[in-house]
Amino acid sequence: MTDTITNEKAAKAKEAEKTNGTSSKEQKPEELSRLVIRFAGDSGDGMQLTGTQFTSTSAFMGNDLATFPDFPAEIRAPAGTVHGVSAFQVQISDHDITTPGEDPSVLVAMNPAALQSELHRIPKGGTLIVNEDTFDERNLEKAGFTKNPLEDSTLDDFTVFKVPMTSLTKEVCKDKGVKPRDAERSKNFFALGLISWLYSRSIDSTLEWIEKQFAGKEMIINANTAAFKAGHAFGETAEMFDARYDVPSAKLPPGTYTNITGNTALSWGLLAASEKSKLPLFLGSYPITPASDILHELSSKKHFGVKTLQAEDEIAAICAALGASYGGHIGVTTTSGPGVALKAETTGLATSLELPLVIVDVQRGGPSTGLPTKTEATDLLLAYFGRHGESPLPIVAPYSPSDCFLIAFEAVRIALKYRTPTILLSDAYLANGSEPWLLPEASDLPDINIEFATDYNHEHEDGRKDFWPYIRDPETLARDWAVPGTHGLMHRIGGLEKEDKSGNISYDPHNHEAMTHIRADKIEGIAKDIPGIWVNTAEGDIGGTQFISNAAKSQEREVSKEKHYNSDHPRLLVLGWGSTWGAISSAVRKVRREGVAIDYAHLTHLCPFPADLGEILSRYDEIIIPEVNMGQLAFLIRAKYLINVRSISKVQAQPYVASELKQIFMDAVAGKLPDDEIINVNPNLSNRSFS
Amino acid sequence: MSENETQETIEATSKEVEELAEKIPASSNGATNGKTTKEDWTSDQIVRWCPGCGDYSILTAMQLALPELNTRPEKTVFISGIGCAARFPYYMETYGIHGIHGRAPAIATGLAIARPDLDIWVIGGDGDMLSIGGNHLIHALRRNVKIKILLFNNQIYGLTKGQYSPTSEVGKITKSTPLGSLDEPFNPISIALGAQASFVARTHDMNRAHMQKTFKQAFEHEGGAFVEIYQNCNVFNDGIFDGVLKKDRREEMLIQLEDGKPITFGANGERGVAMTNQGKLEVVDAAGNEDRLLIHEAGRHNPTLAFALSQIARGPFEPTPVGIFRQVRREEYSDGIQKQLDYAQKSKGEGKLEELFNSRSTWEVK
Ligand code: SF4
Repeated sequence: MTDTITNEKAAKAKEAEKTNGTSSKEQKPEELSRLVIRFAGDSGDGMQLTGTQFTSTSAFMGNDLATFPDFPAEIRAPAGTVHGVSAFQVQISDHDITTPGEDPSVLVAMNPAALQSELHRIPKGGTLIVNEDTFDERNLEKAGFTKNPLEDSTLDDFTVFKVPMTSLTKEVCKDKGVKPRDAERSKNFFALGLISWLYSRSIDSTLEWIEKQFAGKEMIINANTAAFKAGHAFGETAEMFDARYDVPSAKLPPGTYTNITGNTALSWGLLAASEKSKLPLFLGSYPITPASDILHELSSKKHFGVKTLQAEDEIAAICAALGASYGGHIGVTTTSGPGVALKAETTGLATSLELPLVIVDVQRGGPSTGLPTKTEATDLLLAYFGRHGESPLPIVAPYSPSDCFLIAFEAVRIALKYRTPTILLSDAYLANGSEPWLLPEASDLPDINIEFATDYNHEHEDGRKDFWPYIRDPETLARDWAVPGTHGLMHRIGGLEKEDKSGNISYDPHNHEAMTHIRADKIEGIAKDIPGIWVNTAEGDIGGTQFISNAAKSQEREVSKEKHYNSDHPRLLVLGWGSTWGAISSAVRKVRREGVAIDYAHLTHLCPFPADLGEILSRYDEIIIPEVNMGQLAFLIRAKYLINVRSISKVQAQPYVASELKQIFMDAVAGKLPDDEIINVNPNLSNRSFS
Repeated sequence: MSENETQETIEATSKEVEELAEKIPASSNGATNGKTTKEDWTSDQIVRWCPGCGDYSILTAMQLALPELNTRPEKTVFISGIGCAARFPYYMETYGIHGIHGRAPAIATGLAIARPDLDIWVIGGDGDMLSIGGNHLIHALRRNVKIKILLFNNQIYGLTKGQYSPTSEVGKITKSTPLGSLDEPFNPISIALGAQASFVARTHDMNRAHMQKTFKQAFEHEGGAFVEIYQNCNVFNDGIFDGVLKKDRREEMLIQLEDGKPITFGANGERGVAMTNQGKLEVVDAAGNEDRLLIHEAGRHNPTLAFALSQIARGPFEPTPVGIFRQVRREEYSDGIQKQLDYAQKSKGEGKLEELFNSRSTWEVK
């Protein structure tokens, strides 16, 4: 269906805007259980802002939601080309959801390039809302259309609404004293108003937000408000939309919620760990996509006593963090893959000095500069092995945007307790994506008790007392930590191999071997201090941990491990880590709904693995590991447990969508998966085998 | 925050440390709270530089200088990178980190920001600080972080056995440059001035008293300090500074910079530095040029003359200035950071987690 707008209708829209958007037409919205909308436009069109505000309003209205900003690396690629298309996808729902969805049912396309690059994502029968004004010859050509798709049969399978957003926006801004060129910039608010009407979103929260966001810029407030109201009124009066929809609120556990991105949650987790350990936070960082928002967030939290340094390079950033750790602060450095590579030598120094340090890697598409704004989980092996010498360190990874909070807290806890650099592997998908977060009670967060050495710990034969920096806690193997300023405990530490206990330089071969083992045992021993693996079964969860339980949301039932494994339990286990959680759990539910039983385990601790992982894996005949890389966890599991696993791979710098995983799981249950070492979800790519 | 308040914060931190100190029993190890001696600053490690190396006299000068300063071993940290000079921290009875190649200024920057109550010294050679760590050096200096950087310049790589360094003269024949090096050498003083260092001085390993005095001046300077020390590597580059440092040459070849005085040198001050009417500096006979002689002022904010002075010798074979080239007041970096923290706390109130969690739009689910 295509509809056209007459000037008369446009005039009516303007009329309605004047009456302050009050409804003249009663129309009962049809209830939807979920909705996936994709906003797409030129990088300068404000699509991220539009999508974010639509999300906030939906959050207020009690929907569960998940978002996925998808934008180009170039700040402003040539306007009007497909390279410059910036998109924001959001799924809102009346039940708990774990992904931003696939197959958006609505695409808002602000120009031909947005339509060109995004149309393939919209299933037939979907709704397209396009800014008709931009479909002129020049823009069509820039977008690579030879003919105007609004005028031929290209879009026959879709419901298309052609709305002259630019001209209508200009029109309503005319008497607001805004110059036409500036008025044009408000067209995204017209789109937002229209969508808000169509999906029965509250208008007040957006109007308030405009006032706050642009405080002091009257002209912009006026223009955006007018455009937003006009878009809303247009929906109401234009008589082109047969129905409007509502997504009722979801049944989330009771409490106070906020909508949070992974990078913000991660920053807050660090602040919380600082408060709970009573140690000041120091962030050394160098700007890099997609990690910079953590630097921004913490730099704006100076009233928490956090000190931030935008260093001259990645190496200086981690060195400064290590220096701060030596002084008794929580040293943190945040970066992405290329930065982790540069920080490798200092990370090695930290493993040798045995000082706490948190290294946050917000992974992105690689190698090299790769796809800086796109997601990938390809740094797991880098985190494991990316240093010279035997230099193991703990690795943790959040599974959802809000889980970044707890995992950051956990990374600090491990780093401080075990005096070790600790790598936290987030990714661009978690960093920029958002979801509702049930606010924790600050008082419920555990204390992190760290004691600095204040007394001598060694007595020489002649009775002289001394402080030896490499005397350890027999339980944790963490060394005694005396900070500068402590009277009498002066000592030197360095990157040269140290004599056990005294910390003096030592070239003794057996001492080196002993120290290598002690450092490895210390990291391996952390397994005793972390929760067992979380397994989700059709009946409920086994070994739910504080890191996963929040995610289980409606599925909080505990299942006895003995009972589950003594019964006729599923023979197939899906094992995941990191941000694949959303897509995997959604796919697992879909599979179960078809009456097929599979189990699902997810790792938040990658090094060391939970102590019971090997035993749990041995319970299954088939283990499937989907990753946004070429099988890095699968490689580790095969090497450590000497079992075969099915490695599922996707390296399109895009997250999995549930349907492609569902297909894989169904094929696996039916015994139809190929025997390849790595199985690609992309059917056009032949599967690879190294054997 | 006023400077007084900054001082109070620093004192408060030191007070906590003092309180901590009282809990710890005094012992034979480390100084008690009285005045320190050289022994209190000397660790039990055997010093392992080559016999005759210039590093020994620098170590002694430091161990003699520190008891004269208003500091204590537990408040003092030596941080180094990699190289012969970088072993220095092991020999000091203070806190210390022997770090990785080139990164000492960056490690020290983090520590200085975290702990403004500490006295931090950074030790490194010409390869460490000007080659692999050049970036960190200039950024530490431009930020004016309160760290005292001592660059032991011996114009060679010692620890890796004798390759040419970024301060080696053009044409240097070494194992890695059998036909002579092609690279124009860095002038460390010029680099520090170019990086806007607030304290820049040069001393040398043949004059312990001058080193002690220079270390004291660097220590007492309120901000970051950079000191180049001409240091003889008697194994791989022996005598490279003989042109200016040999006992019988010092008087005629070293230009002692003294604040507020005309720049003269020689046994009887018979030579001096003057400015031509083109604005260039030149070495002249003092006699007859009295009114042209340059008056040295380390406190000039504009570094142009200090830079010209740093360039007056093309190498250690022409009359070479020693002493303080520049000493100006600039806000110290951790002071600036502390002021921002105080401002944020004053304007927003001390950060509380509950408030943080509720700082964005929230909604209730019943
Ligand atoms: S190699 Fe040169 S600089 Fe190094 S310790 Fe020996 S003499 Fe000193």
